[in-house]
Amino acid sequence: MTTAIALPQEGLRRAAGRFRALGPAGMASAVVLLIALVAAVFGPMLAPHDPNLPNLSLAFVGPTGGHPLGFDFQGRDVLSRLLAGAQSSLLGPLLVVAMAMAAGVLLAVVSAWRGGALDAGVSSVLDIVFAFPGILLAVLATAVFGAGLTAASIALAVAYMPYVARVIRGAALRERARPYVAALEVQGVSATAICTRHLVPNLVPLIVAQSTIMFGYAMVDLAAISFLGLGVQPPAANWGVMISENQTGIPQGYPLPALLAGICIVVVVIAVNVLGERLFERA
Amino acid sequence: MPSVTKSGQTRPQDPADDGAPVLEVTGLRKEFGDLVAVDNVSLRLPAGRSLAIVGESGSGKTTVARMLVGLERPTAGTIVVCGQDRSRPSRSARTRRRRGRQVQIVFQDPYTSLDPRQSAESAIAEVLRLHQRTAPGDRARRVAELTELVGLDARQARALPRGLSGGQRQRVAIARALAAEPRVLILDESVAALDVSIQAQVLNTLADIRDRTGVSYVLISHDLAVVRQLTDDAIVLRRGQVVEQGPTSSVLDHPQHEYTQLLRASVPRPGWKPVRRPGVAAGTP
Amino acid sequence: MTDPAPAVTAVAAETEAALLSVTGLTVRLSVDGRMQPVLREVSLAVRAGEAVGLVGESGSGKSMTARAVDRLLPDGAEVEGSIRFDGADVRGLRGQDLRRYRQQVAMIFQDPRAHVNPVRRIGDFMTEALRTNQRAGSSEALGRAADMLDQVGIDNPGKRLRQYPHELSGGMLQRVMIATALLTRPRLLLADEPTTALDVTTQSEVMAILDELRREYSLAMLFITHDLELAAAVCDRTAVMYAGQIVETRESRLLHEDPLHPYTSALAAARPDIERAARRLNAIPGRPLSAFEAPADECAFAPRCPHAAEPCRAGLPPLIELAGGVTRCVRAEELRGRLGVSIDA
Repeated sequence: MTTAIALPQEGLRRAAGRFRALGPAGMASAVVLLIALVAAVFGPMLAPHDPNLPNLSLAFVGPTGGHPLGFDFQGRDVLSRLLAGAQSSLLGPLLVVAMAMAAGVLLAVVSAWRGGALDAGVSSVLDIVFAFPGILLAVLATAVFGAGLTAASIALAVAYMPYVARVIRGAALRERARPYVAALEVQGVSATAICTRHLVPNLVPLIVAQSTIMFGYAMVDLAAISFLGLGVQPPAANWGVMISENQTGIPQGYPLPALLAGICIVVVVIAVNVLGERLFERA
Repeated sequence: MPSVTKSGQTRPQDPADDGAPVLEVTGLRKEFGDLVAVDNVSLRLPAGRSLAIVGESGSGKTTVARMLVGLERPTAGTIVVCGQDRSRPSRSARTRRRRGRQVQIVFQDPYTSLDPRQSAESAIAEVLRLHQRTAPGDRARRVAELTELVGLDARQARALPRGLSGGQRQRVAIARALAAEPRVLILDESVAALDVSIQAQVLNTLADIRDRTGVSYVLISHDLAVVRQLTDDAIVLRRGQVVEQGPTSSVLDHPQHEYTQLLRASVPRPGWKPVRRPGVAAGTP
Repeated sequence: MTDPAPAVTAVAAETEAALLSVTGLTVRLSVDGRMQPVLREVSLAVRAGEAVGLVGESGSGKSMTARAVDRLLPDGAEVEGSIRFDGADVRGLRGQDLRRYRQQVAMIFQDPRAHVNPVRRIGDFMTEALRTNQRAGSSEALGRAADMLDQVGIDNPGKRLRQYPHELSGGMLQRVMIATALLTRPRLLLADEPTTALDVTTQSEVMAILDELRREYSLAMLFITHDLELAAAVCDRTAVMYAGQIVETRESRLLHEDPLHPYTSALAAARPDIERAARRLNAIPGRPLSAFEAPADECAFAPRCPHAAEPCRAGLPPLIELAGGVTRCVRAEELRGRLGVSIDA
């Protein structure tokens, strides 16, 4: 146990070892996510052209020298829009996952710890929320609170939360029954301290694995909401919006912009899921 | 069964039984729904002495242990430790910690008794932080003392549980319990899961700890040889009730109740022949 | 590793008439990504109708030996040496022959609940082998199962056959397992810690039933346990395992007063005595090693042995025949008489 004084080279070597342990599919997924992350942070800066500058004379024009991915229905540069759209496309699902996880873990741990009537009550409320399809709830929310990423994300988080709570509650109950938890109770350690310092940290591998799987669902659902025009509002760039606005190209025999946005979504979702699965295997 | 000492009686004939008891239990009862797990159990533990609670599965011995440390709430009866009643759950964090400094427990399974993410040192230090306001330097010294007391070396003290054997993990659990400097340590089948050669080491260590700290043990066990080795007094539980109690040597050498006699006769030893008891087999559902 | 030849010759004589004879059995498994030994040159014989105890601490290889005999080793295990049952090579058995072998060699385990299907009735579980292998009719099979339940001391067998495993206590379920194992009329019973999870009074009961039926059906038994006292009490002979090796095989009644290996005597002395409290237990320093942790080119017990000397570290000791037993201690002859149990030394 020399982690504290590990040399930077050793840290690198350990990281490289962990990376290799992911296997070929896992390594590819990690690279994809790294690229997506860079696009999300630096996308607008990396974009070679203004993603929002229309030029209708170039609408649905194929790839050219300075525009390797061609132009969209308004003649905007597709590569630049993909890069600029990465941010909202990834941020939305991230928000959903963060909110659903925070609320779900809190609810699961509290109800697993207290048990009894509280646990039973929480479980039945969750069962009711469980019955609502996430996307329906999100559409309802945007109808009430107005279209936009925030309302849709919150609604999706509410819909996803029962999934999280159910899985984590089961794990929390198993952890709660372990004698080390009883030993801490006998010492007089408060319930909050036991949960935050011992119980939840031991659930982290499961929480991480759940998050990655949920991220994929959230990304597809949010893209669908944006496609329906209820999420991110045009002309802002977003992969879901790009599929929606370029669908007219498909009957015209020019599906490339919609297809590229779709590929971005699919590739990121697969990468996150593969990585989540690898992490869960090790959890 | 006229010869059985009734629960609740003190034993004035006991020479060591002069000081105030460190633990006194009267009329303890626990019901789970319709099932009476513990029924009118009384016991008395003088300071510095060790008591065995002997029984098989379903005897209620583990339920008694859990009530003693406050993990279960008694249906009826009183538990008094160091003159303070602890029959009801504590309201305040201070009371909880004070109770933690009176009675501690070591469980059976060394593999689930420790937080897998915590080294021995860190687990002990956490308990010390909880109970005492000491400078970090003093705390480190106390951690070293405790790991040394239970026979762990410096490498083992820094290792995570997965890097330790079953016996070493159980030593960590004992050190963590002792960190609160309890007056009573409950050993709930704490050596039952250990290999024979390791069990002997841990039993020797427990004897040393008692000599050095004056802690009293309550040993919950089905193993009469371990009971003989570690305790002064014993009570025998069957289906939640005390069927026999007295000094360990007389309970084992001259068992009065037929159940104690049966327990004693069931222990394999050289020349032992297993016996089949017709009719007893039908007892379980 | 040293030449296994002396080990083989030492036990050759007694394996002649044996029902089961294991000779020079070495098993390697993948541990941490490398092939490492879990058994080393295990030689063992069980005669028809004889009960042999196999005693050891965790990692000693006692369960692995039983699994090798029942051909239940994990995939990828490397096996050397021979296992013969009634003269036939067990390692070469395939298909129909292997099934027939397994009917003659029954196995019972520590945790009976893990070895029954919880959603099937006791009757279905018990008669499955009879109906599929021996083509017995359903009512005939149930009749035989009821008889057998009666013999293991379970009353009202007809009712029990209709019950589910969760309705039975652990001790009763273990009796069901014994009855099931005996239904196919096996000749050898492999019992892997069958009473470890049971209460002592139930253990006594189950062992008595096992003993009685074993004699009635002239069934041989390999009884695996961590409890030296129990093995010595119920078995004709007892083999003691340490670090994947058999270090001593001895008539059970001689095991305590005249052991041939320091580990046997150390194990007996470490156990607290129910008759009297020792001032200090004779603990064995260190911890039990598994085969791949123990030194390969010297006595595996030498690092923990109070009698270890120069010759113990000269090489892996061969099996030596001595006083009717077999030991893997090079100093056995010289130490004999000094190893007997002496409590409160």
